[in-house]
Amino acid sequence: MWNNEVVINTVRFVFLILLQVVLLDHINFLGYVNPYLYVFFILVYPLTGNKGLLIILSFFLGLTIDMFNNSGGIHAAASVSIAWIRPFILKYAFGVGYEYNTIKISTASFSQQMIFIISMVFIHHLVLFSLEIFNTSQILFILKSTLFSGVFTTLVIFCSLYLFGKKS
Amino acid sequence: MQQIIYFLLRNKNFLLFFVLFLISVFLTINSHSYHKNQYVNSANFISGGIYSVKSSITDYFDLKNQNKKLVEENRLLHLQLYQLENVTEIPKPEVLTNDSLVSLVGAKVINNSFSKTKNQLTINKGSLEGVQIDMGVIAPEGLVGIVSHTSKKFASVQSILNSNSQVAAKFKKSNHFGSLVWNGKDPHVVQLKEIPRVANVALGDTIITDGRSTIFPEGILIGTVKDFEIEEVGDYYNININLFADMTSLKHVYLVARNDAQEIKQLEKEASDVEQ
Repeated sequence: MWNNEVVINTVRFVFLILLQVVLLDHINFLGYVNPYLYVFFILVYPLTGNKGLLIILSFFLGLTIDMFNNSGGIHAAASVSIAWIRPFILKYAFGVGYEYNTIKISTASFSQQMIFIISMVFIHHLVLFSLEIFNTSQILFILKSTLFSGVFTTLVIFCSLYLFGKKS
Repeated sequence: MQQIIYFLLRNKNFLLFFVLFLISVFLTINSHSYHKNQYVNSANFISGGIYSVKSSITDYFDLKNQNKKLVEENRLLHLQLYQLENVTEIPKPEVLTNDSLVSLVGAKVINNSFSKTKNQLTINKGSLEGVQIDMGVIAPEGLVGIVSHTSKKFASVQSILNSNSQVAAKFKKSNHFGSLVWNGKDPHVVQLKEIPRVANVALGDTIITDGRSTIFPEGILIGTVKDFEIEEVGDYYNININLFADMTSLKHVYLVARNDAQEIKQLEKEASDVEQ
C-alpha cells in the first residue's frame, strides 16, 4: 500500500502539525483568536479512504497538537468527532455521489464546499472550546470563541484549498 | 453471540470513535487537576526540541525588547546593591539565613501561550539542571507560574494565566491574604479572591506572594490593584490585579525553590497525622 497517496498524506500530517504549533498557535488575533488549520488533514483525507483509519489518524493528529499545547486531550476529542461525523456531512453536502468517487472536494461547487467546510470546522471548534473551557457558566465565551476562531479557520482553509487543491 | 459480533462489526467506526473520544476526555479531565500525572505534555524531547529550534529563530525578532528588559533589571539590582552598601548597620543574621533559603535557576521560555483559558509555558531547563515539579517561576518583574512537568532537558510551567492555577498572595502593606486566580479574559489582569471585607483596599496597592505556600518565598512581586468591589453575597472583596510581568513577552525567567519546603511539608504532615 506504499503509494503516492500514503506519502502525500504522511507529509501533510507532519507539515500541518509543524505549521500549527510553530506558527498558527501564536497569531493571537485580537488577543485570543487562532486558526486551527490542522483540521485540513481530516477535510481532504481521500473520500474513498478507510474511515476507521481516518479516526485513528485524527486521534494521533489531535493528540500531537495537545502534547505541544499541554491541553490534555481537547484537540484529540475534537478531531475524532469530526473524523467520525465526516461521512454524514459529506453525504449531506455533496449528496450520495461522493461514495462513488464522482466528486472531488476541490472541484465541487462553491456552495457545497462551503457547507462541508463550515459544518466540519464549527463542530470541531465547538467540541474543542467546550472541553477547553469546561464550564457551563461560560457558555457565551465558548460560543464566541467558536465563532471567531471558526471564521478564521474557514478562511485559512479556503485559501489553502485554492492554493494547494488539485485543479484536475 | 453472532448477533453481537455483527453489531460490533456494523458499528465498528462508531465504537472506535467512542473509545478514542472517551480517552481524550479522560486525558482532558486529568489535565485539569494539577497534581495528577498528565500523560501528554510538552516537556519531552520532541516538542521541547521543536520549540527550541523555533525559539532559536524567533528570538532575534525580540532581542531589542528583551535587552531593554535586562538592562532595566540590572539597573534595579545595581540600585539595590548601592542602597545595601550605604547601609551602615550590618544585617541581622536572621535576614541572611532567610535569604539563603531560596535557590534560583535561570531559564529561557521557548514556548509561551496566553490566549487560552489554560495556558502553559515550556522552558529549556529540565531535571538535569535541578528543575523539579512545584518550583516557582518568576520573571524579573514578577510572578509567572509553577513548574508542572519536567523531562531531562525541558519543563512545562503552569502559567498564572490558567484557570486551574491558585497562588497564595497578600497585600504588601497589611498582610491580609487571599488566593490569586484568573478568569480567562485579559492576560494582563488576574483576580484576587478571599480578601475579607475588613481589609483596607486602595487602588494601586502592591500585591506580593505569601510565604504560607511552600512554592514561593514570601515577598515576590505580583502586581497592583486595578479596581475592586465587594461581593454582593459574602464578606469578601473581588479585586482585579494588574500584573507586573508582561505575560505576552516572556523570555528570561528564574526558577525559585524554597530549600525549607521539604521541612515545612514534613512538619505539616506530622501535625495533621497527630490530629488524626
